[in-house]
Amino acid sequence: MVTIITIYGLLGIFLIISLLKSKKNTLKAFKIGGRALVKSAPSLLAVLGIVGLTLGILTPETISKLVGAEAGFTATIFAAVLGAITLIPSLIAFPLAGSLLRSGATIMTISAFITTLVMVGLVTAPLEIKELGKKFTLLRNGLGFISALIIAGIMGVLL
Amino acid sequence: MKKLKKFVLPLIILLIYIALAIWMPSIAKSSTKVTLDYFKEMAIILPPVFILMGLIEAWIPKNKIEKWLGKDSGIKGAIISIALGTLPTGPLYVAFPMTASLLRSGASVNNMVLFLGSWAALKIPQLMIEIKFLGLAFTLLRFTLTLLALILIGFLMDFVLKKSPDKTWQSSTNKN
Repeated sequence: MVTIITIYGLLGIFLIISLLKSKKNTLKAFKIGGRALVKSAPSLLAVLGIVGLTLGILTPETISKLVGAEAGFTATIFAAVLGAITLIPSLIAFPLAGSLLRSGATIMTISAFITTLVMVGLVTAPLEIKELGKKFTLLRNGLGFISALIIAGIMGVLL
Repeated sequence: MKKLKKFVLPLIILLIYIALAIWMPSIAKSSTKVTLDYFKEMAIILPPVFILMGLIEAWIPKNKIEKWLGKDSGIKGAIISIALGTLPTGPLYVAFPMTASLLRSGASVNNMVLFLGSWAALKIPQLMIEIKFLGLAFTLLRFTLTLLALILIGFLMDFVLKKSPDKTWQSSTNKN
């Protein structure tokens, strides 16, 4: 809800300024935006489908079963991979992580899950590749995954 | 033919859904529900985002973006990128087209990694939920370590992409 208000608020303000300054440039902006949206449509559709599939299969219950059942280093790697694959809204992800922590998962496992969840996005990769290129996407997600593991290790030791 | 090629991936996914509907109807049902939920969200959020992008490209001259976020923008550029990323502006898929348009207008890879990274990992509303469920110590430590990691990843990617640029991506965006 905050998101929607922020985005439409920003759009409203900028549109008014833009229209007051020049109708022609405003029309140009709509053309640029519209064209970009149409061009991104196939990858957006793909992302939608993949998100549905992963979340349909990897429900919060399934994840907590998978992460909660294993212990030790395997669990951490497992959590990191799950976090990298899935795309869970933070309103669901953080309560889930909190309950996993209380039911016995280690800090390392939980931070691996959270960090890869936010740093690596396999399901959004088709869109990222379309917009920013294969190399950029591979590097960003690959390096993100490695650093998530390192972060998890450090957090496991410190906390 | 070229138009059709773009829809190969969505079509494959559609086939998977049909297969699921036949053999594993319960998963197909929950997956379809998730997809529809996300479709609604995207349908509300994406059109204004793309228009905003168009407004940015139509109004803000390239040299301004280059000055604020380009390779010589220094610490100021990094701070602007992080600050823009942490604003409550929605899911990460919104950020990809924005990043692409900023890159085209002369922003540096370094800053764009910071922008995307803080968008995904350091969002203010998200941090508040994190504090609530995982505690202040956890959140602060993850924040600090993630920020450090993002700075390193930014430098590394800047270096790699400068040494061997992504030619297919460059040629596809230059056509726009």
